[in-house]
Parts: sequence; C-alpha cells; structure tokens
Amino acid sequence: MADKAMADENGKQTERETTLSRLLKSKMAAQLLISLRLAALVATSTAAGLMAFNKETITVTVAVVGTKPILQSFTAAFQQTPAFVYFVIVNAIASLYNLLAMLLGPYLKNRGRDVLVHLSDMAVFALVATGAAAAASMAELGKNGNKYARWNPICDRFEAFCIRGGVALVAAFIGAVLLLVMNAFTAISLMCKSVASNN
Amino acid sequence: METVLPLPTLQISTATYNLTGMAKVLRVFFLLLRLLAVAATLCAVVIMATSHDSTTVFGITLEAKFQHTPALVFFVVANGIAFIYSLIVLFVPSTSLLSRSIIVFDVILAMLLTAAIAAAGAMAQLGKKGNSHAGWFPICDRVPNFCDHVMGAMICGCVAVITFLLIVLYDIHQVLSPKFP
Repeated sequence: MADKAMADENGKQTERETTLSRLLKSKMAAQLLISLRLAALVATSTAAGLMAFNKETITVTVAVVGTKPILQSFTAAFQQTPAFVYFVIVNAIASLYNLLAMLLGPYLKNRGRDVLVHLSDMAVFALVATGAAAAASMAELGKNGNKYARWNPICDRFEAFCIRGGVALVAAFIGAVLLLVMNAFTAISLMCKSVASNN
Repeated sequence: METVLPLPTLQISTATYNLTGMAKVLRVFFLLLRLLAVAATLCAVVIMATSHDSTTVFGITLEAKFQHTPALVFFVVANGIAFIYSLIVLFVPSTSLLSRSIIVFDVILAMLLTAAIAAAGAMAQLGKKGNSHAGWFPICDRVPNFCDHVMGAMICGCVAVITFLLIVLYDIHQVLSPKFP
C-alpha cells in the first residue's frame, strides 16, 4: 500500500516536473530569453557609449587684473577616474558578450555548452555589478563631496558631465538587473532539465 | 530515509557516510570553505570598523574614520550580513528543503560582496592617488594607519569574495548532478 502510494506520488511529481520543463523548453521561454538578452545588450551598450563620450569643458574666471578677467578652462573627462574607465571597459565586454550569445544562441543546444553559457553569464553579471558599484561610489563622491577629506563636489560646476554619467549609471544598473533575471531563468531551466533527465 | 541529527549539527550529517570517497572529500572541503568565509567576513568587518586615525595639520585636526565614506560603510554592512549568514548556514542540515534556498542566498550574497569590494576599491584608489583634475588630494600620506586598516580589510574582503564564488560553483555542481534522490 505504502509502495503504491509512493509510486503515485512519484508519478505525479514526474508529471508536474515534465510540465514545468516542457514550459521551459517551449518557444515562449526561448523568445523570452532572447528578448532579455537583447534588452541587456541595449542597456549595457548605452551605458558604455554614454560614459565613453562623457566630457565637459568649462571656462571660469579665476582672477580679474584691472578690468580684464583671466579665464581658465577646466575639463572633466571619464579617463581621469579609473573607476569610470573600468565601467566603460566592463560594459563594453558585457554588450559584446550579449551580442555573441544572441548570435550563437541557436547553435548551442548541447547540455555542456548550456552550462558554459550559464557560467559566463554569471561572470559577466559579476563584472557589470562591480563596474556599476565602483562608478556609483565615485558618482556619489562627485555629487556630495567629502568634507572630512576636503574633497569638494564637482557636480555644481560640471552639470552636463554629471547628468550624462548618471544616466549611464542607471542604464548599467538596469542591464545588471536584466542579467540577473536571465541568470535565474537559465539556472531554473538547467535544474529542471537535470531533474527530468535524472528521472 | 536517513535520520537527521538534532540541531546544532554541522553539515556532516549521516548522509555523508553514504557518499563515495571523492564526493565526501569535496563535501568536507566545502565545509572548511564555509568556515573560511565566516572568518574572512568577520576579519573584514572588524578591521574596517577599527580603522581610525587622526592627524593635525597647521592646527586643524584631520580625522579619518570609515563612517565618513558611504562606500566603506556599505562594505562593512555587506560583510556583516555575509558573516551572520555564513554562521547560520553552518547549522543547516544539508538534505532538507532549506538547502535549495541556500543556493539562492549564496549567489545573492556573493554578488553583494563583489559590489561592496568594488565600491571600497574605488574609494581606496582615490584615497591613495587622489584626483588632481578635481582638486582632490590623496590622504594616505597623512593618515597612514587608516589606509593600512582599509587595505587589510579589503584583502579579507577579497578572500571572502573568492570563497563565496567557490561555494557558489560547488552549489551549481550539486544542483546539476544531485547526489541525493
């Protein structure tokens, strides 16, 4: 009696699992994954491009000699801060990776290659997360300054630089969230496939 | 159906004795790795929290504390959360329903720790080299004790990140080829 009950439960469980794995193998799931990847590609390439072209020059009067003002120009560019350079590089890597994964997607149906794609997805997500975190801490410093270290904020002078950097940062965060959702999705589908193949 | 030992018990439950040699070695290794994660996160929190230095320049006192920089506060908080989580996870039996959600939390905390160390790294680089274009001067020559503490805490944080990443890899390996029916 107990054996039959357990067999029934196993049968029901197998049925539920194949339904879920059938759902995950369906066309809708594949289309969802492709659209997530496209959105992540757009987000990370926006972030990289916007930060790469982030440069602003302002001219300020530093002294007045008699009646003639002496002007000096100051430049704010992304190359001056290593955190922003890292941000651009990492977002470029992430967008190239997403492009590659989208183009090669239909040709990678092997189980081993699925795992490889998932691991690279996780690595790329970690890179984007670190890039966004470092750039966010620098942006916060540029906006608020640090009075204890006598570091004055720069956003009141370089407004366009700060706004462009802020938008790039937001785009990178959105890209990171999309990559995270994609990671969770592939992880669950891999798990369901492995359970189904083991049963 | 194996019996689960009563709490508190480490992850070496009775199920370990059913595994083959290689799997048992891996299991013990990753238990040690979790202990290393506990130690590393604790070290990072303690070293960063005790970083305090002050110097007097022309009669003005320049004080350096980790609370002045939000990135370092985030570093301390993230490592604190990871420390508490690592302690709790040591006492979870490894074949229960909870072990599935532990994989999820492992990944989340690994990401949190990487973001924390990235932010702290950006601040540390700025404190050491400064940014001449923005008129931000380096502070490490004035408060060397503070900078040493931050460097030590970041080394511990790096070790914690690598440990968590290895634990996540092991979790994925367990998920993809489950040893328990």
